[in-house]
Amino acid sequence: MKIVVTVVGVDRVGIIARVAAVLAKNEVNIVSINQTILDGMFNMIMMCETDDKNSLALVQQELAGEGESLGVQIQAQHADIFVSMHRVG
Amino acid sequence: MLSIDNILETNRMIHDNKLDVRTITMGISLLGCTAVDGKTLCNRIYDHITKEAEHLVATGEAIEREFGVPIINKRVAVTPISLVAAGSDLTNYVSVAKALDRAAKTVGVNFIGGFSALVSKGYTEGDRRLIASIPEALATTDIVCSSVGIGSTKAGINMDAVAQMGEIVKETAALTAHQDALGCAKLVIFCNPVEDNPFMAGAFHGVTEGDTTISVGVSGPGVVKHALEAVRGKSFDEVAETIKRTAFKITRVGQLVAQEASRRLNKKFGIIDLSLAPTPAVGDSVAHVLEEMGITSCGAHGTTAALALLNDAVKKGGLMASSHVGGLSGAFIPVSEDRGMIDAVAVGSLSLDKLEAMTCVCSVGLDMIAVPGDTSAATISAIIADEAAIGMINNKTTAVRLVPVPGKTVGEMVEFGGLLGYCPIIEVSPFSAEEFIKRGGRIPAPIRSLTN
Repeated sequence: MKIVVTVVGVDRVGIIARVAAVLAKNEVNIVSINQTILDGMFNMIMMCETDDKNSLALVQQELAGEGESLGVQIQAQHADIFVSMHRVG
Repeated sequence: MLSIDNILETNRMIHDNKLDVRTITMGISLLGCTAVDGKTLCNRIYDHITKEAEHLVATGEAIEREFGVPIINKRVAVTPISLVAAGSDLTNYVSVAKALDRAAKTVGVNFIGGFSALVSKGYTEGDRRLIASIPEALATTDIVCSSVGIGSTKAGINMDAVAQMGEIVKETAALTAHQDALGCAKLVIFCNPVEDNPFMAGAFHGVTEGDTTISVGVSGPGVVKHALEAVRGKSFDEVAETIKRTAFKITRVGQLVAQEASRRLNKKFGIIDLSLAPTPAVGDSVAHVLEEMGITSCGAHGTTAALALLNDAVKKGGLMASSHVGGLSGAFIPVSEDRGMIDAVAVGSLSLDKLEAMTCVCSVGLDMIAVPGDTSAATISAIIADEAAIGMINNKTTAVRLVPVPGKTVGEMVEFGGLLGYCPIIEVSPFSAEEFIKRGGRIPAPIRSLTN
């Protein structure tokens, strides 16, 4: 299962480390990391992969909790929504 | 490979422009539930719906979470009850409506449609009983929706049914007067009804459909408006292209959700309905899309042309994004459910006459319009007849969902709550059509029905 993790918020020390720690704990592999500043906000996108049998709901829950303590918004979504919208064929 | 821009664009559509999937609707055939004994019939209907739709809401919520796209409604549409109950010993179908209401609440959906009759050409005994039961059924249930097909391009218009539906709308308003005639918001009168419409209040599961199907209605007027902001002042060629591209993206999300829901529930995928459905929330308005094209306030001259372009471009863009397109597919203009329409009525730019003109070029009809409580049954019937004539001649679906609010008059505000929204009461013509409606009989099918 391909997952896209999106982090939006004010930049600070340790965001990547803490998000990566949650992903590692849940056996989610990070394939690539991209980041940009958009409208003054820190935007980071992580393309990830995990086994289909793992629970996306659990990863979402833990990331959301981590985001709260970091003061940023963290979202994890099944990658198919982006592939469907932006790729034909 | 996905680019960071792709991902941010999708999430911006969802979070800032209110992109959502408006509904996952499960169509369930009740033809196997028929019984002579009324009680047995109701029990079978309840059991069948609760079995088929048991996992609908949980599955919808799981898809919503995993993909991060809101799915606003989960709904059920059933075979027109006039057919299902026709062979029963019931003389009144209110008990069936109550069984539908209970079943829908048990499975957790927010509306169930199909308390319906199709009488374009004539009535059966089952149709008669169903239509007579509508006011009480809508007054004594919470989430049952009703629809009646009174005409079609192939059959013409059943003017006896048109006359009766004026009375039924008035009766429904009277029985739900304490809720500002909320019952009327759950009653649609159709010309050329479609059998796979996932949107309420007009959804029912037609007899040409299979046992159980999953259909999805997309939304996204906010996304279209945002996209058009980038082409301000540009030609209509660019406006149409922009809408098409946006509609394609919106529909792809609907297709994904429909496929997933169909796979997980192990039910056949029916159709995607490409309609742009508004909500009363800020930034989710079809009227604002038209205004973005350069109309100062929806309803001003130019509105019909703007809507025609929008409706056509949405279909063209959406068509290629889905394997099966159906339902109503077009731009909806329900007045009380669209912030821009509500404001347009309030400032006086949008009238009933202009809305009628707009229904010639879009789906679906005169929808969620509050009219004065003293509007006569004959006037409501005449409005239904006009709208049905537009549908019949133009070979398209048209519908009327009017709410004559008892005790209220032009300019006063009515609040229906939730997605049904709120709106000021709009003026109807004070001139009577009573003699016209009294004639009864049928308006013959038009020449264009003879296509064989």
